[in-house]
Amino acid sequence: MSLGARVGAAATAPLRALAAALDPAMRGWQRLAGRGGMIGLFLLPNLAIFTIFVLVPIGLNVAYSMTGGAQVFLADRPFVGGEQYARLLECENHLRPRTCRDDTFWTAVWNTARFVVLQVGLMTGAALVTALILNRSLPAKGFWRAVFFFPVLLSPVVVGLIWRWILQRQGLANLVMVEGGLEPVNWLVDRFWAFAAAVGVSVWAHLGFYALILLAGLQAIPKDLYEAAEMDGTRPWRVFRRITLPLLTPNLAVVVVLALIRAVQIFDEAYVLTGGGPGTATMFLTQYIYETGFASPVRNPGLAAAASILMAGVLVVLTLLRLSRQRRAAQR
Amino acid sequence: MRGARFLTRRRGVAGSGRGWHWTDIATWVWLVGGTVLMFGPAVWLVLSSFKTPAALAEFPPTILPYAQQTMEIDGRERPLFTVTTPDGTTQTMAELRRVGIVAQMVDPAAPEAEPLRVNIAEREPLREIAFATSNYTEPFLRFDFWRFFRNSVFVTVVATALTLLTNSMAAFALSKYDFRGRNAVMLLIIATLMVPLSVILVPLYSVVSAVGLLDTLWGVILPTIATPTGVFLLRQYMLTIPDELLEAARMDHASEWQIYWRIVLPLAAPALAVLAIFSVVWRWNDFLWPLVVLTSTRNYTLQIGLNSYAGELNVQWHYILAMTVAAIVPVVLVFVFLQRFITSGIASAGLK
Repeated sequence: MSLGARVGAAATAPLRALAAALDPAMRGWQRLAGRGGMIGLFLLPNLAIFTIFVLVPIGLNVAYSMTGGAQVFLADRPFVGGEQYARLLECENHLRPRTCRDDTFWTAVWNTARFVVLQVGLMTGAALVTALILNRSLPAKGFWRAVFFFPVLLSPVVVGLIWRWILQRQGLANLVMVEGGLEPVNWLVDRFWAFAAAVGVSVWAHLGFYALILLAGLQAIPKDLYEAAEMDGTRPWRVFRRITLPLLTPNLAVVVVLALIRAVQIFDEAYVLTGGGPGTATMFLTQYIYETGFASPVRNPGLAAAASILMAGVLVVLTLLRLSRQRRAAQR
Repeated sequence: MRGARFLTRRRGVAGSGRGWHWTDIATWVWLVGGTVLMFGPAVWLVLSSFKTPAALAEFPPTILPYAQQTMEIDGRERPLFTVTTPDGTTQTMAELRRVGIVAQMVDPAAPEAEPLRVNIAEREPLREIAFATSNYTEPFLRFDFWRFFRNSVFVTVVATALTLLTNSMAAFALSKYDFRGRNAVMLLIIATLMVPLSVILVPLYSVVSAVGLLDTLWGVILPTIATPTGVFLLRQYMLTIPDELLEAARMDHASEWQIYWRIVLPLAAPALAVLAIFSVVWRWNDFLWPLVVLTSTRNYTLQIGLNSYAGELNVQWHYILAMTVAAIVPVVLVFVFLQRFITSGIASAGLK
């Protein structure tokens, strides 16, 4: 039995046992409600959970964003209209968080924007190079792929802790600095370096995932194109510019949009690594929402809801872009 | 390096048998540098997790875990040092006690002799490679680590089983039946792709609290099981199962439910396997939602427990590092044995 069949069997065996136990009841239901009733039953669990834990919260979110106070239940909360949005959006100069009514929010907005640009740029570039290299004929291909991929499966908490340990004052990073004849750096206490660390650690953790998508795209490019180019004696750089890059563009677009969607929501590994600090140097939007709604001494769920709706606006645009790109990549 | 050169010359894309091309050099620099950068931190974590608290506080740190040797004298473990005596020779001695910069030390071979007073600048601790396995055993005994571990296993297993069941049922209905409103349901599921957790954190919390699941593991599990990506993946796969099989079964008076679990489920096993693996990794690694829902320590999952230990004022790194390694083990096992499924799942469906 192949490994694939074995995993498949292991995953389905309990399911099938459960399904077998339900069999008589289901037969009765089909006799009672017909095939249409069965279709409804198949959809019911998933749709019920969707409705309760996704659709209802979406609707409630709008309602929450228009109420004030610290109470959890909507019915206990006073209606304040657009006050929460006004509080978030009022600024003398939106580029300077200090002039805003809610300076932490705008700090988080600009931190997130900077993070997104840097992280997505660096990561896409590194993933492209990695994919191109892994697509060459190499000895021990599987090993190299695993090297770049394995951090993807680590939990964000683990990633944050590993790097916190390396970047602490007496950690491995400073050992390397000292051995290299440089001054040790207080990585996570310095505003600049803490932000750079958040970007770098995030690239480290997710690079392999995007490299893998690009690698699949590279492998889908017909080999005869390269053979033809080789027969014409085309130079490698030209082959890359004229064949590889144009044919990889749909996959690159998917990768960029996917990376953007995830980067906007950056939270856990940065939170474990720096806790948003020093000060607010690595405070990102999701952390702002979490702390405003749940972790600050004075909770303000309404403000958190308003902030999350503003973030959702960005994400909806990006997701629509993703779906259209994915369709285009699939049509190729 | 000669081996690498040999391989690249024969195999490099640009290598038409004429030695190094600059891309070959770049390839190997990237691969070797990448290995150091990607593996280095994980290896460092594992090595550090075996160090004693004293060794962890050292700078510069040693690569391998060392611990000071000790010897039992008068019923107590005494640390051993290499002492440089005034005449220039060195000798191994055990420390009995230390006052300021002066230590009273004896020769372990003759512990009854009068202790020698030694300036601490004239001695070096005698060390050997030793793995501080107590870093691993003590969290299990002294902290709630074992409970966190069990909670995480419970959440992962139950959530994965429910995900497979509900998602495969929905995917079956959406791929094998024509009914009014099918497109609307598909659209609804696509739409939920746009709603990540961070966007509905506040209202989801109130819903879970209204259902009475706050601070319970079920409150962590239920909101995660209706994954749109799971429904998608399974539906795409089930579309490739020929409808004739289903028709033939109906001829034999199979019920719709039997068609689902006797025919479609076994045939969709490869897709279910991919979803199962991803679900295990997702649920094992979840952080933000459990962080919001779980408030009492006894309900913490591993990730939340780790984070709370690491957030304490006096971080006990020797325990944290060991617990981190323990938290990685299940994921590493999944990775080592099932890497092929994970990579194919990502390449074909963009799962993550």
